[in-house]
Amino acid sequence: MQGQLRVNPGPAGDGPGDSLSGRSPHGIDERAATTEHRTMRVLVIEDDHDTASYVVKGLKEQGHVADHAADGKAGLHLASTESYDVLVVDRMLPELDGLSIIKSLRFADNHTPALILSALGEVDDRVQGLKAGGDDYLVKPFAFSELLARLEALVRRTDVEAPTTKLQVADLEMDLLSRQVKRGDKIIDLQPREFRLLEFLMRHSGQVVTRTMLLEKVWEYHFDPQTNVIDVHISRLRSKIDKEFPQPLLHTVRGAGYVLRAS
Amino acid sequence: MVLFSASVLALLGFIYWSTAAYMSRQADETIEAEIKGLAERYETDGLGGLTAQIAERLTAQQPGDSSIYLLADSQLNPLVGNIDRWPKVREDEQGWFNFQLGGSETKRIHRARARAFVLKRNFYLLVGRDMFELEDTQKLIIRTLTWGMAITLALALLGGVMMSRSMMRRIELINRTSREIMSGDLTKRIPTSQSDDDFDALADNLNRMLDQIELLMDGVRRVSDNIAHDLRTPLARLRRGLESLRMSDVQGDSRQNLIDSAVNEADGLLATFNALLRIARIESESRREGFDAIELQPLLRDVGDLYGPVAEEQGLGFNLECESSMTIYGDRDLLFQAFANLLDNAIKYTPAGGNIKVCVDDGLRRVMICDTGPGVPEPERDQVFQRFYRLDHSRTSAGSGLGLSLVSAVAKLHGIALSLDGNDPGLCVTLQMPA
Repeated sequence: MQGQLRVNPGPAGDGPGDSLSGRSPHGIDERAATTEHRTMRVLVIEDDHDTASYVVKGLKEQGHVADHAADGKAGLHLASTESYDVLVVDRMLPELDGLSIIKSLRFADNHTPALILSALGEVDDRVQGLKAGGDDYLVKPFAFSELLARLEALVRRTDVEAPTTKLQVADLEMDLLSRQVKRGDKIIDLQPREFRLLEFLMRHSGQVVTRTMLLEKVWEYHFDPQTNVIDVHISRLRSKIDKEFPQPLLHTVRGAGYVLRAS
Repeated sequence: MVLFSASVLALLGFIYWSTAAYMSRQADETIEAEIKGLAERYETDGLGGLTAQIAERLTAQQPGDSSIYLLADSQLNPLVGNIDRWPKVREDEQGWFNFQLGGSETKRIHRARARAFVLKRNFYLLVGRDMFELEDTQKLIIRTLTWGMAITLALALLGGVMMSRSMMRRIELINRTSREIMSGDLTKRIPTSQSDDDFDALADNLNRMLDQIELLMDGVRRVSDNIAHDLRTPLARLRRGLESLRMSDVQGDSRQNLIDSAVNEADGLLATFNALLRIARIESESRREGFDAIELQPLLRDVGDLYGPVAEEQGLGFNLECESSMTIYGDRDLLFQAFANLLDNAIKYTPAGGNIKVCVDDGLRRVMICDTGPGVPEPERDQVFQRFYRLDHSRTSAGSGLGLSLVSAVAKLHGIALSLDGNDPGLCVTLQMPA
């Protein structure tokens, strides 16, 4: 199933303020969300039936394959016998808790990326989750778009293992060694933080990244901005890389976040 | 009380033993010394010398002197001395005679104590003491000590009763106040006696505890009032939106807009609840496992990186002076959150053309965030840290009214003292780091 292209159901057109049609019940612009043209095999280990069906249904709508396990033992069994691209593991589970599942998998040399879902959101809990071998942490209640973006980022991370020195999206080029950014022939002058922001977007090109992900990965703080501070940084970056060019690269995905892509 | 009596008794016993018993021992020693002296005299000068010596001593005897001498022949017939016959009692194991004197109409019966010495040619020498005076003295001592004990016990009893009565009275005062508070009047306080004693210290502590409880109770009451008020509005909007959606004639874009705003409304409510839970968790946090030494300068630089462009977009000057070698023992994410909230507030309330300044003073260990916004009126400066507290002029702007509460909770967890000052115009928030 890997590498399968999804049929794009939406009409053409992009960016902020465009048509609202073609949105899924999960509130995501389908055209924008189907950026990663491959199917993920996801195992959802979650005892709460509502959350589980919400996640599974959402993933299936996005063209992914999702299995569901309702308790810890069944989850561990599935995770260790079947092959998945990514796991969604609730922390509190009957039979066997989420952290123990991940620990057991890691102990058995199974490194399938795992996203921990939890109702607990304080820093200590997050640190515990990541220490146990989890790769990302999402606090309930969450928006489906946030979960999807994070899952795609996790799957992408395991794909891109080889170190690169150059990133390219359409005619936008980033040299990681000389730290130079060019679009076409024009050299773009970026502040260090803008460089990191663009680097992250380019590394996840074609994928939706959420505002929280940007704060976590570019600023490296887990915190709750009261206002959409990230939007200011994006619009500054956009004015530098997109302003004088006919084809915009940095798009806003309504209800989710941003995506950098060529189309 | 029994213990006290026993110890007083023991003390008095010791005093008796060391005075009266000492006097007895002293008398015995004198007798022995005298008998020895007389025996030596007999050795050197014979019976005549001894008789003369005794006679001499008897004539020289003062009226108060209670010495007894008796020299007797082998049949124990008295030869010379101041008692008329040899005592009829037998000597005890240590060679002492304890006998009685007098008994005539004029003289009371006295106890006497004497020691005999057998001289050569079967003469018997008896030297002793009339114990009359000694016994009198001993009796006096015993009487004095008995009275002393009685008075001591009486005073102790009286003092104890008085003390325990005043103690009981003050404990009863505390009990009465507690009962009043338990019955619902949380404004009651335990009266103090102004004497700075342990009871006052206890009352002060209890009163301070009650103040804190009252403050918390007020907080809880206000928060629940505010939750009811502040959450009802968005819930009502959400409900209105959903109801409009139910009407079938809404289609297309406006339908999507309604869904979007309903989702936003729900997100806003969730954010408010999350913030409330987060503040509660931080406030109840006592363990500091996640704490680490955090360098202030990079942290402030990162906050500045994030909020500087936002301030500039709003037409504000942004000035970050964060040269510092200060470190704080704390949680990186929470500290970032606190500074972010403070900057967010400064940016939100400062009108365009204003200025925001962050400066660090390593010497005083403090960070100041100053803006040129409307400031906070002095009487309200303590209240803005309370949950959902909104100044009048900010009531219409966006925000949950929880930002500063979160800052305050984070500061408390880190031992940071927060204070607000005027900036003429504007506001300066000072974070005084713990030493």
